Amino acid sequence: MIDLKKSDPQFKWDIIRKEGGEGLLKCFGCSDCAASCPVRYFDERYNPRKIIRLTLLGMKDEVLSSPFLWFCAHCHACTERCPQGIKVAELINAIKNYAVDQGYCPEGYRMQLDLLLKMGRLYEVEDFDLKKRQRLGLPPIDKTIPAVAKILEQTNILKVLKK
Amino acid sequence: MKKYALFLGCTVPVRAQHYEMSARNVAKELGIELVDLAGASCCGFPLKAVDAETSLLIAARNLALASELELDVVTLCNSCTAMLSDAQVQLEHKDFHKKFKDVGLSYKHEVKVRHFARMLYEDIGTERIKNAVKKPLTPLKIMAHYGCHYMRPSALYSFDNAEVPHTLDELVQLTGATSIEYPDKKMCCGGSVLGIDEELAVTMANHKLKIAKAKSADGLVSICPFCTVMYEDNQRKAEAKFNTQYGIPVLYYPQLLGLSFGLDDNAVGLKFNRIKPTALLEKIKGD
Repeated sequence: MIDLKKSDPQFKWDIIRKEGGEGLLKCFGCSDCAASCPVRYFDERYNPRKIIRLTLLGMKDEVLSSPFLWFCAHCHACTERCPQGIKVAELINAIKNYAVDQGYCPEGYRMQLDLLLKMGRLYEVEDFDLKKRQRLGLPPIDKTIPAVAKILEQTNILKVLKK
Repeated sequence: MKKYALFLGCTVPVRAQHYEMSARNVAKELGIELVDLAGASCCGFPLKAVDAETSLLIAARNLALASELELDVVTLCNSCTAMLSDAQVQLEHKDFHKKFKDVGLSYKHEVKVRHFARMLYEDIGTERIKNAVKKPLTPLKIMAHYGCHYMRPSALYSFDNAEVPHTLDELVQLTGATSIEYPDKKMCCGGSVLGIDEELAVTMANHKLKIAKAKSADGLVSICPFCTVMYEDNQRKAEAKFNTQYGIPVLYYPQLLGLSFGLDDNAVGLKFNRIKPTALLEKIKGD
């Protein structure tokens, strides 16, 4: 049940301002995104159309606190089909980015950010890996890439780790 | 001789060396020079859901490295391909370029981004690949899995057909193997939701494994380390969850191509495939 008394009219404009959120207002609710979604095919709790409609209606808390927002696999099946030309996967991603800004960040993403901050890559390169690569005739790789931390420190992203 | 900067990403150099080895060896056979991109990091994709702009900056930094070498980039992972391609497009926009310069980066020479399979298909061409096949894998029935970010979003790539892709099927056919026609070819492996809901991810991966079994595929061919994690590393979980047996080997495309070039098992790193392609090898060694 949607309680419009809880609507935040600012919400949609905040999303539109995010990278990837530009197309939000063009949605006329046809459901092509939901129909083409492989995640929804297996789990009806995820519905891109519903997320977009709730966002347009300003149901901020409901959208941001929903665990299903994170079910989007970013596969772009919806992007290909949207008759309005909305980059739907990018739009859902913009809503995820906004949710992170508001303090909703799944633990897995926080861990990945931490790894990239420390190493610049997702998997630790151990001496064992370097020896294995040498044995296989593969060239050495850097254990850490500090330039990534430099970029992360210059954007706002590290505040996510402080929560 | 074609020359590219090779972007490895996070997963391939430490978790999928067989993909890397086979790609390098296949490239050598085709006269392609791959230059390692020194200083390259994660592509940025794992941070996209947290902050798209930061992920694009990390991607763009990798392009800046290739730009210094004045070389186009070749990638082995679908998600890296999408992330770097997106950054390449963004660099043309003034606002993003400014942010990019503000973090101390520069991009002088424009570089293109190509998935390894796309590079083979478009730049090397099917004719040249076909001519390099010495040992056609005629008895094999292979299921080609494209993965989402190989051809989607189409606006980013202008390559293949986002609804009915065909290039990987063609590449498989070049080896002499039969590329199986099957439904839901574009289905996502589930890799992107593995960290969010494992049950859902395994259910998604199971969809194609089930089809592969029904079609009696000798193996599934992948061009992305994430997809392989789902179809190979999580195949046991799918078997347990759906109370079935698959035992379907998952090969990276350059491994299959390498075998058709007559490269030996070591050169394509077959011992690193977690589901042993024993029956598949029996079939082609019988010739």
